[in-house]
This record gives sequence, structure tokens and C-alpha cells, in this order.
Amino acid sequence: MTNTITIDDREVPFDPGQTIMEAARAAGLYIEHLCYNPQYQPHGSCKICTVKVDGKMQTACTMPAAGGQQVESASGEMMARRETLLEMIFAEGNHYCAFCTKSGNCDLQALAYRLNMHKNSFNHRYPVREIDASHPDLILDHDRCIFCGLCVRASSDKDHKEVFAMAGRGKATRLVVNTDSGELGDSEISLEDAAAHVCPVGAIMPKHGSYSTPIGQRYFDDRSIDEVDNASGKL
Amino acid sequence: MEVFKRDDLLAAVHSGIERHGAGPPSALQVCQFVQARLSCVPAAAVPVIAHALGTTTGHIVSLVSFYSFLHESPRGKYDIYLSDNITDRMLGGRTVRDELCLDLGVALSEPRLDGRVTVATTSCTGFCDQGPAGLVNGRPLTRLDRARVKHIVQLVEESQPLDQWPQEYFAVQSNIRRRDKLLSTPLSQCAALSSLAESSADRVLEQLERGDLTGRGGAGFPTAAKWRLCRDAPGDARYVVCNADEAEPGTFKDRVLLTEYADDVIEGMTLCALIVGAHKGFIYLRGEYAFLLPHLEWVLQRRRGDNLLGESIVGHSDWQFDIEIHLGAGAYICGEESALIESLEGKRGVPRSRPPYPVTHGYLGQPTVVNNVETLLAAAHIAARGGDWFGAGTKLHSVSGDCEFPGIYEFPVGCTVADIIDAAGGNGAQAVQVAGAAGHLLLADEFATPIDLKNLTTSGSFMIFGPQRELFDATANFAHFFARETCGFCAPCRTGTQLAKSVVNRMVHGSAFGRDREAIDRLVNVTPVMSHCGLGGSALNALRDLRDKCPEYYQGLFSEKEDDVLHFDLELELSEINSITGQAGVRTDD
Repeated sequence: MTNTITIDDREVPFDPGQTIMEAARAAGLYIEHLCYNPQYQPHGSCKICTVKVDGKMQTACTMPAAGGQQVESASGEMMARRETLLEMIFAEGNHYCAFCTKSGNCDLQALAYRLNMHKNSFNHRYPVREIDASHPDLILDHDRCIFCGLCVRASSDKDHKEVFAMAGRGKATRLVVNTDSGELGDSEISLEDAAAHVCPVGAIMPKHGSYSTPIGQRYFDDRSIDEVDNASGKL
Repeated sequence: MEVFKRDDLLAAVHSGIERHGAGPPSALQVCQFVQARLSCVPAAAVPVIAHALGTTTGHIVSLVSFYSFLHESPRGKYDIYLSDNITDRMLGGRTVRDELCLDLGVALSEPRLDGRVTVATTSCTGFCDQGPAGLVNGRPLTRLDRARVKHIVQLVEESQPLDQWPQEYFAVQSNIRRRDKLLSTPLSQCAALSSLAESSADRVLEQLERGDLTGRGGAGFPTAAKWRLCRDAPGDARYVVCNADEAEPGTFKDRVLLTEYADDVIEGMTLCALIVGAHKGFIYLRGEYAFLLPHLEWVLQRRRGDNLLGESIVGHSDWQFDIEIHLGAGAYICGEESALIESLEGKRGVPRSRPPYPVTHGYLGQPTVVNNVETLLAAAHIAARGGDWFGAGTKLHSVSGDCEFPGIYEFPVGCTVADIIDAAGGNGAQAVQVAGAAGHLLLADEFATPIDLKNLTTSGSFMIFGPQRELFDATANFAHFFARETCGFCAPCRTGTQLAKSVVNRMVHGSAFGRDREAIDRLVNVTPVMSHCGLGGSALNALRDLRDKCPEYYQGLFSEKEDDVLHFDLELELSEINSITGQAGVRTDD
């Protein structure tokens, strides 16, 4: 058994134990994703990185690479599915790019550009979600949350604070804070924590200094999302 | 808002912990205990439970907000759930619901102001052959009709305790209509274990293979292979789990097996445990079947007394195994084996990423066999009688809907859809939904299809639709079911089921247009193939089947006018303000 897999006609080597996503990244290949961040254990919930492995659908971020795998990722069929899924994710929350403080630095928005999503043909749900502004330095805006669980992982695995948890079911899925009051202000999270910066969509954002970066100098203004590993945590 | 005294909260939590043990894995059982004691798990109890169990508040909140039978605010003293499955509706379930609400003066899902009663709907309760059905304070209510509703309203208003209600209201019949190999030949006590004692584990596994036994929950994985994989996987401990979270709409065979044949099922579990080397097992019993708890506990206790469970089973000093019952709390997803294991560990029922599979990394990360009730029963029979006796095998079908004799039918594997319809007296059926909401729609010209692993797999749900039915009513019911039951972990299922439901609602109200039809096509192309587990994988089956098998009928559900209409539903948009101002015509889409 050789230690290579084939991703869209390109032969990609891998180390034992690597996932398809890790092997692709090491080879400089980009596979679209939202809930994956190389610094954390994969979650496999956004499903944007779904690829066809020997004909079977798998998330690249969780699927171990195995010699000889044929991986289909950038085909028209798979890219169209990703674009549809992205529309579905946009329709679920309240994503107001035009006046969002994360605009220009947002993975979700950058991915929409990458996948040429110029409109949303699904009916938006416009859910009613409350903002938690109880923390002096951070704001928790549930409108933008895509339930990727990155803040849960960052707070638990890197900050060792376990500030967040995922709760609810189905459409009522929601991010909760592990405090008696349920408010972020009563938690131990601080501006220096990884969890304060890992959010790919701006559900957790530093207060003060919004819109301080002029248009043209924002993270994705002169980059496409596929040129970088992951914008989250780098800002 | 109800205010609970801190002492009452502490007492409830500590009694729950005394009963179910300390530590985070007990969280779900403790929450259910508190729910039963206080009629909810109030916000004030969350930190108390979290601190007592050594877990986070978010963990407790995540459970209360996930499981249907846990609530943040108190339910009525009489907590009534009505089964909302299509078969209950076909028997008049919607009328029962509306009459109950009207006569009791209660809004759906909300406790009456005096705290006397709540009426809510819930997913299929598993009494489809004797509906319309429901639950009151965890006890089954079957064969509801106008007369019973009137009397129940009176009993509630008089505050009569359930023990004073006519007991036939709670009667659950087994309705076994056709017996084949498994149900016609009783298994003498410990016949399977004796057979294991007289031969060997490998010999029994060979017999299971010879009998071609595959998982009866619908997935059809070879049972012997699963047991071998578990036995051979490295681990500190091994576990056997009986999946009695029978929640597929239209399925109720496991309820009957646990009622009539609990010994054989437990014998099958014990056999599996002795073969794979497990010392502990669980029966994961769906919350809707809580009424079976006393019976099952009694059977377990009797078997312990008979030396069939516990230490030195049937005198073998190294045979050691015991079983604990874990009660579910209303979540269809927990029938998925890895979600079931998460729930066993006291967490939300979110399916795990696979690989690794539960058979090597299951309960507490250890090798675990999860088998359906029927599979375990069949395994016990095959161990006792040999694989040849089982032949091509049999399968139990839960038959409901438009037929003369709804109930349980055991048929040989490979019988046709028509065989079951004929036996049940479903003459003139226009269609059958096989394998439940997650299954397949079969029209009359497909009734010759044999039900086996090659042609048509099933978990055992068989719902018959007579010529008078609108097939779309079932499709819409299933769309609502999945929107209610999706766990919410992965984006394609969480968002796809909601979007499908919203389109279906517009179809119901005749306001769906071309763009909605395209939306369904796009969802069918994404949700089934990109979802995390089989729930998302099958959530759009019903819509897809209707689209592909009844194209003209399906087309007729969309308006001719294409894009020149408003893409919002005025009635739905106004429903919130209408409910605040008390206007009539409030629509509840959930």
C-alpha cells in the first residue's frame, strides 16, 4: 500500500494518521471548510468539506487518509453541492454582511465569494436570537452563529476554561455559556483567550474598535479564502 | 413563573443522584428524575445539578433543551402528549387534539393558567395499531375517541388521580396477528445459554452466520460479524446494548417483544455478553415506553434470582453479566447507535463521527455491541435451535393504517409487500410506506416487491394508505417529523429539514410555486448525501419518492404561477401578532 491518495487527479502524499484534509493542506491543496481549523480537533459538522472518497461521501476533516483513496473534491458536482449548502447556512441565521463588523474578515462571507454565491434562493428563516453584551470586552451575537463549535473546542482544549457548550435541538440549536446565569460576563473568558478570536463568522467579537480597518485593508479584501489556511484566529 | 424552594430543588436532585449515581454520565437520568418530581428542570436547578454531578451548567442546559420530555418550565399536573404520526391522524388524532384543547380551554403545548393540564403533540408514540394514542404522565392512552376525550376532560377537571381513571384507557394490546418461527415456538428458559455451555462461542457464532442473522433495526449488518469485531477489539471492558429506542414512525414490534418476550430478548443480550466478554449491558428504552419499566425490572430481578444474570451465571464461575435500564427522554435520533451511546453517557444524542465505529469505540470508548431488540431475540432462538432451523429467517412487521387487522406480523424474509397487505386486510390500498418516515413509498404497482436485504430493507414499519387518502398528507407529516427530530449537529440536516418543512407548509396551503419546487430539488441533492448520519440521509426520502413516483400529483401541489408572487406567507407572518392579540386563525406549524 502506497502512502499517497489522489485528490482530483493530483497525487498527494500523506503521513499515517493524517486526515484527507491534513494531507491536502500539506500539499497546498485547499478544500472548502467552515468548522475545521488546523489548531483544533476536527468536528465534522458544517459538512462543507464533504468529498467523495472512493464513491462514498465523507468529511475530509475527519476521514483518515488511506493509501490509494480516490478523492473527488473540486468537481462541478461537489462544488455545486457546497454552494447550495452555503445558501442553506445563510438562510438559517441572520447574516447582514452589509453592516456586519466582521465583513471583510469573515470565513462565511469569503466562502460565499469563493463559491460564487451571489444570491440566496432559499427563504430566510430570520430567527429571533438575543445578543449577550454582558462581557466588558466581548460581544456574543447569536444572530451570526453557525454552530461550528470552534469556540467550544478553543475554550476547552486551548484555554482550559470550558466557557461554551452547544445546546438545544434541531432549529433550536444554540451556543450556551457555562455560567449559572448563562451570561458571558459571568464567565472566565478574557480578550486574550483563543476562544475570543476563533469564531469564523463574528458571533464572538471584541468590543470597541469596530470598523477600524478601512475597506480595502480588511483580511479578505485582497485575498481569496483559498489562499490561506483559515482566517480565524489570525486577526 | 413558578418559584421553587431551594430545599425542594436540593432534595429532588439528591434523591435523583442517590437513585442513579453521581458523576456526569448520570446527568440525563437525574434530569428525568427532577422532571418527574418538579414537573420541569427549572433554571434554578441547573447549577444545583451541575455542581452535584461535577459537570458544567451548559451540559445540563444542553440536555434539558435537547430531549422532548424535559422542560425548563412546569408542565400541567396532567401532562398529556398526543401522538402526531400520520397513522394516528388517519384515525382522527387531530380531532382528538382539537377537542381536548377546546374542552380543557388550553393552548397547545402550554400549561393551563391554573397549572392543571398541558396538551402537546409528540412524534409517534408506538401505539399505531390502537390509535389515536398518546401519553398522560408517562402512561399510554390508546383508542382515544370523542367519548373518551369527554370523560378524560371530566376526570382532569375533577382532579381524579390516574389510578381512578378507567384502566381500559391505559390498556395496550399486543395484537400479534401472524406468528412464524420466532413467535410460534417458545424458547425454554436459558436454552440459548445451555447451548453456549454445551458448545462454544465460535460454534454459536457459526450458527448465527448459518441462520444469516442480520441487524433487524434496518441496517442489516451481519450479527455474528459485529459480535466478533467487538470480541476481538482491544479494550478494558466491553458492553452490550439493547436498542429499544424504537422511534421510527409506525414501528411498535419492539414494544410487543419487550411485553411478551422480554426473557428471550434478555437471554439474547446475555448470550452476546458471554460471547464478546461483556460484564455490563444496557437496555436503552425509549421514554415513550416508560410504562414497561416495572415489567422489565421485574423480569431482570427474576432472572437474577434464577441465576441467569449476575455472578456465576448458570453455575459458570467466569460467567458474569448484569443489565441496567436506561430511559430515553424523547429523541428519535437516539435510535442511531452512536447517538444512543452518547445518550447512555448522559449527553445530548448527537451521532459521533465514524470511523471509529461503536463496535470498537463505543460506550466510554470501549468495544460495544448495539443490537436491536428483535435481533437479540432471534440470536437467542438461533443459538438454541441452530442456524438451519431459522432458514432464510423471519422479520417482524408493525402494520398500521388502513387495514382491518393492524398489529404484529411475523413473515419469512422475502415475503412480498402484497403478502402483508393481504394478511392485514388492507384491500384496495393505493400505497404503503415501508420502513417508516425514513423508508420508502411503494405504490400499488410495486406491491410484488419482496422485502429482503436485496430488494427492500425495513426496520419493520408498515403503514397502509387506502384509496381515500391524500398521499401528500403523509409526506407533509414526515417532513414535519424530521424537522422536529433532527439533532441539529450538522448543517445539511439541520437547515435542510427546516427548509423542506417550510416549503411543505406552503404546499399545504396552496402557496408553493416554481422556486419552491427548485428548492426541494436542490435540498434532495444535498441533505441526503452530505448529512452526518442516516437521519439526514433519509429525511427527504418521502418528498423525493412522491416527486419521482407520482410526478403529476406532485406537480399539482405547486401553483402554476411562477415568479410573480410574494415569497412569503402572510398568514404565517401574522401568526405571532395574531396570537398576541388573541385573533382567531392562529396557525401552529410545529
